[in-house]
Amino acid sequence: MKFVLQRIAFYAVTAWAAITINFLIPRLMPGDPVQALIARFQGQLDTSAIASLKALFGLDKERSLWQQYTDYWGQLFQGDLGLSFTFFPTPVSEVISQSLPWTLVLVGLTTLISFLLGTGIGVYSGWRRGSWMDSLLPVTTFISSIPYFWLGLIAIALFAVKWPIFPAAGGYDSSLVPAFDVPFISSALYHGFLPGVTIILSAIAGWILGMRNMMVTVSSEDYVMVAQAKGLSERRVMFSYAARNAILPNISGFALSLGFIVGGTLLVEMVFSYPGIGYQLFQAVGAKDYPLMQGVFLIITLSVLAANLLADMVYLFLDPRTRKEA
Amino acid sequence: MSIPATEVAVLDAAPAPTPSKRARLRFLRGGKTLTGLSILGFFTLLAIIGPWIAPYDPDMMSDKLLQPPSGDHWFGTTQTGQDVLSQILVGTRGVLLVGFIAGFFATVLSVLIGVTSGFLGGVMDEILSALSNIFLVIPALPLIIIIASFVSDAGDLLIAAVIAFTSWAWGARVLRAQTLSLRKRDYVEAARATGEPTWRIIGFEIMPNLTAVIASGFVGTVIFAVLLEITLAFIGVADISNWNWGTVLFWAQSNQALAQGAWWWFVPAGLCIALLGTALALINFGIDEFVNPRLRTETGSSRKIRMRVGFTPVARTTDRTNGAAGTNGSGPAVAAAPGRTPERTPARTPDKEPRA
Repeated sequence: MKFVLQRIAFYAVTAWAAITINFLIPRLMPGDPVQALIARFQGQLDTSAIASLKALFGLDKERSLWQQYTDYWGQLFQGDLGLSFTFFPTPVSEVISQSLPWTLVLVGLTTLISFLLGTGIGVYSGWRRGSWMDSLLPVTTFISSIPYFWLGLIAIALFAVKWPIFPAAGGYDSSLVPAFDVPFISSALYHGFLPGVTIILSAIAGWILGMRNMMVTVSSEDYVMVAQAKGLSERRVMFSYAARNAILPNISGFALSLGFIVGGTLLVEMVFSYPGIGYQLFQAVGAKDYPLMQGVFLIITLSVLAANLLADMVYLFLDPRTRKEA
Repeated sequence: MSIPATEVAVLDAAPAPTPSKRARLRFLRGGKTLTGLSILGFFTLLAIIGPWIAPYDPDMMSDKLLQPPSGDHWFGTTQTGQDVLSQILVGTRGVLLVGFIAGFFATVLSVLIGVTSGFLGGVMDEILSALSNIFLVIPALPLIIIIASFVSDAGDLLIAAVIAFTSWAWGARVLRAQTLSLRKRDYVEAARATGEPTWRIIGFEIMPNLTAVIASGFVGTVIFAVLLEITLAFIGVADISNWNWGTVLFWAQSNQALAQGAWWWFVPAGLCIALLGTALALINFGIDEFVNPRLRTETGSSRKIRMRVGFTPVARTTDRTNGAAGTNGSGPAVAAAPGRTPERTPARTPDKEPRA
């Protein structure tokens, strides 16, 4: 229980730090890009929208930094992230809540698949060290050095332009209305296939390498030797003795690399014009839509923190040592 | 992702007697490291002489629009008739410069924070490792995008600084773990007992044993920085008037190179990125294997040897069934040294045994 509380406290502090960074960035930067935006939309903004933007970006020079900070928190607790300029006059929170599910499903599924596949391959290649599987390593290294977005570009060039098997852009057939029915879900899966495969290909190499190295280290432990000497079947030694212990660092690595994977996913979304949160960020950058950018950053960070907390709980469940200390 | 293995490894590797200069350079001999270093050397050369050997001015437009690769334009031309090869040659410098500057400063930060927190312990350690964990967990890419897009014209140096500022945490974490394990070693205690000042203990007793970890952290950060920088240029956050490989991709993407089938516009830049990244990763593998002998692969030695549990290479006898029986402990498992003829010399190799 102590462990759980510690982790929750840590993530609470991290969330606070992220929000504070988000608060400080526009105030530390020179110039007032948001002021210019407000001026451009002068007639169309109502007073409450202007007030919320002022609170978010610290345009009210008469208030002290501390007052601005409390105002900012007040806004956040009301779920008010300002107005998006790209999708004027939609509030940022609405833009995000529309696109977040797409990203969550894409990231969730691809991460799960690449973790399972990569760990599996890593277990085998670490166990059969010195076999042909070692020649996989340079290949995976090469693939993992390719930026996600470039792999996406190649995937589009090959499978959407040269051989038009898959759609090049979008998240679903535009003639369909989003709903939980068979045509829509199958269309979403069809559109999501290429981005998904891109992410899995790029992300899998890290899991293979990490798991392989841990397997190599663990399989020289005495308990593996004893299990082998007892005459247990190779399968059993491999999975129940070696892999079971080797997987722990991979799971804590999973938590830490999540931020990186999410970053990569954002890029894949940009390339595929996938209707997720990364594509919104891309459009926001292009249009200098600061409220949307900051909202996206905040939501991404909070989601990554939540996922990390989840990974920690899984770790707690898998590794009895963390429970004992409590 | 290979860093956890290093963490474990240095525990064994550190107390080894100081290797002679030749042994120190041994890791250069590995095929992986050599390949990596030569590719890196090639790109470094391009970064230095690129602008001079570029056949055309990368900004110069011509009437040869969107030409596929030919003798005049090896990598083809863009929609406005610019030469892609020249753009890539000129862009190499920016890529390497930002990568190495960011890698350098991130490494300095990670050494400062990681070693301090590992060595001092106590409250300082708690604060510093919480700080590095916070930076680890916050997704770097969106943060950098936000910082860079608030600055009106984000030049190379600023991008490098922002990357360094957000990517030191992983190195700091690894270094802290390493320092913690070194801190209680006998020779450190001895140095403390003889009254050496703290800065000397850190600088002369601890740091030399961290060299490999620092080096691999540096290389890792350079990979990360190069990828991030190119990504930023591709999204259009960085200053797109500076040529680098990401800028080439940015223009290719915004001019619909994909839909027009202009593969030569974006393929070379991507391959360059992947090659450079692979080179750096190979160097890192070389360092890892140098530090942790267990990770060395002996594929070249003999096809008949199977690596088995406990790092005793087992010679495979004539057919597979026999070999499989041997692994289960019931058959005649023959331990043999890799490199020698496994069938005749059933000798155990001391350096391949676990050093428990």
